[in-house]
Amino acid sequence: MKTAVRIFALVLLAALVAACARDTRDDPEMEPAEPEPRTEREDVETERLDPRDFTNPRNLENPDSLLSERTIYFEFDRANIRSEYVEILEAHAAYVRANSSARVILEGHTDERGSREYNLGLGERRGNSVLDFLTANDVASRQVEVVSYGEERPVCRASNEECWERNRRVEIEYTAR
Amino acid sequence: MFFQEKLFSSSVMKVSRRSVAILVVAMLLPVLAHAQLRIEIVDGVEGALPIAVAPFAWESDIPESATTVSEIVSANLARSGLFEPMDESDMIDHPSHPREVAFGSWRLLQVDNLVVGRVTDSADGENLEIEFHLLDVHTGRILFSRSLPIGPGDLRFGAHRVSDAVYEELTGTPGAFATRIAYVVVTGEGDDEMFELVVADADGHNPQTVVRNRQPILSPAWSPDSTKLAYVSFATGRSNVIVQDLYTGQNEVVASSPGINGAPAWSPDGTRLAVSLSRTGNLEVYSLDLESDRLTQLTQHWAIDTEPAWSADGRHIYFTSDRGGRAQIYRMDANGDNVERVSTEGRYNARASVDPQGRYVAMVHGEAGEFRIAVLDRERDQLRVLSSGRLDESPSFAPNGSMILYATREEGRSVLAAVSADGRVRQRLVLSEGDVREPAWSPLVQ
Repeated sequence: MKTAVRIFALVLLAALVAACARDTRDDPEMEPAEPEPRTEREDVETERLDPRDFTNPRNLENPDSLLSERTIYFEFDRANIRSEYVEILEAHAAYVRANSSARVILEGHTDERGSREYNLGLGERRGNSVLDFLTANDVASRQVEVVSYGEERPVCRASNEECWERNRRVEIEYTAR
Repeated sequence: MFFQEKLFSSSVMKVSRRSVAILVVAMLLPVLAHAQLRIEIVDGVEGALPIAVAPFAWESDIPESATTVSEIVSANLARSGLFEPMDESDMIDHPSHPREVAFGSWRLLQVDNLVVGRVTDSADGENLEIEFHLLDVHTGRILFSRSLPIGPGDLRFGAHRVSDAVYEELTGTPGAFATRIAYVVVTGEGDDEMFELVVADADGHNPQTVVRNRQPILSPAWSPDSTKLAYVSFATGRSNVIVQDLYTGQNEVVASSPGINGAPAWSPDGTRLAVSLSRTGNLEVYSLDLESDRLTQLTQHWAIDTEPAWSADGRHIYFTSDRGGRAQIYRMDANGDNVERVSTEGRYNARASVDPQGRYVAMVHGEAGEFRIAVLDRERDQLRVLSSGRLDESPSFAPNGSMILYATREEGRSVLAAVSADGRVRQRLVLSEGDVREPAWSPLVQ
């Protein structure tokens, strides 16, 4: 049964890799192209997708699946993982574990308060917290990399607590699925 | 994947053959917002010294430049907050040599000092010469007479030199007018966001873009001879420390290990660069020998150790660490020994900048959710909060210790401000568009 799931996952993965190969976004030589129209729509409808199947790459884009959640948030000047994000991280751990070709960048970010270089360190510490969580859940460290942007890449630009909360984050970015 | 655009401004460097290709590329790029910082005095000292800088006579065949030397000198002295230069329109006379000065009438105008001078062709006819005299109006004495050879394009720089000489004679502190400042300008948002590292004269004139990129640029640091800048670039998507020569335009990645490569700071002798790297998995301060590329780890602690700042004598390095639970300023010997905590007041202290005499340490001081610039007097062990913003950061001492340049917010925009170490003089440095941040004041230019 497990083997069957794996084979299924591999087939899907191959399809995805082929799809990605056509994607020009990562190619510096070419102009960014319009996203190709999705053709898998009918397949999604015909095959039942279990949102709790965290080994399935399709769940990365499935809004009903925890795998579609890629950002976790932190308290001010803290890097510990809050309990409400444990489930999300466990889902990603399961995915990366099951997909040996998957590669993840953990982007660490902070809010604007405090000095910029200290915040680079704090962003990295947040990324490392997530990295530690994943490796404690048997993810191979070679599949994961931490990059800190400190306070340099805010998603929200106002100087208030509402924005600061959104900026104190780690983004889980899949560079390979 | 990332747009990398580098631009070396022609007037910052001598154009070498190597750089011509780069310049051609540069010309194809969109026109830069070369807006200039406008520096305004917010607070000056009570009883600023009344001084008059008479218009300098122009005795050269080279056409006179738009702004005269005396105007630049007057503006510099006024901006320092320590002088109150007389308006030219209030002057009854325009002497250009001490023997033309009627001291009695200047006494009636209640000025203490008078600067007179003229600009002539140099003996070889190729260059200019500024001859200038500082006079004590009350005694009628000449405090000094000097002449300064300058290139025809360097009139502003010459005027800054004149200002430095006058400032030093009357305050006892070397002037810092003939210096430059580096800062980062950020324009646009999202996909249009652009980071530019800019170098300008200390009075905001002649802004030149050193490098621009869509990825973040931060932490510019001057080499002790003012010819190079080290800075952090995310151009590759990862942080790297880059050293760029401002005259040749050549740049070199000097730190690109896995993880963070940040917080460059030149040793006073220019041979080493202190950096913070997380190559071991944890952020530590290192010393990089620029000749041999040899890297020496200076801190070894699970905490965040970053933002090294050398003492003027090169014997110590101040740095930020949260080894005590929160970010505070520490100091160690330049080899990493004898770590001691320096900041004691406040929940958060970071990003030390040390004054050239070694007495004051400026820092970002966080208390009750407000981040301000504070200066610690090491002799008296007294901390004085100098700024009143909520998100002030990046303090940088002027090379003569007179002012601390920093970044603050004004109506949601990031702007620069400067304050004297005693808090009496305040300036704001305003750019017409974009966010300005990460100021770094150059050493005294020789």
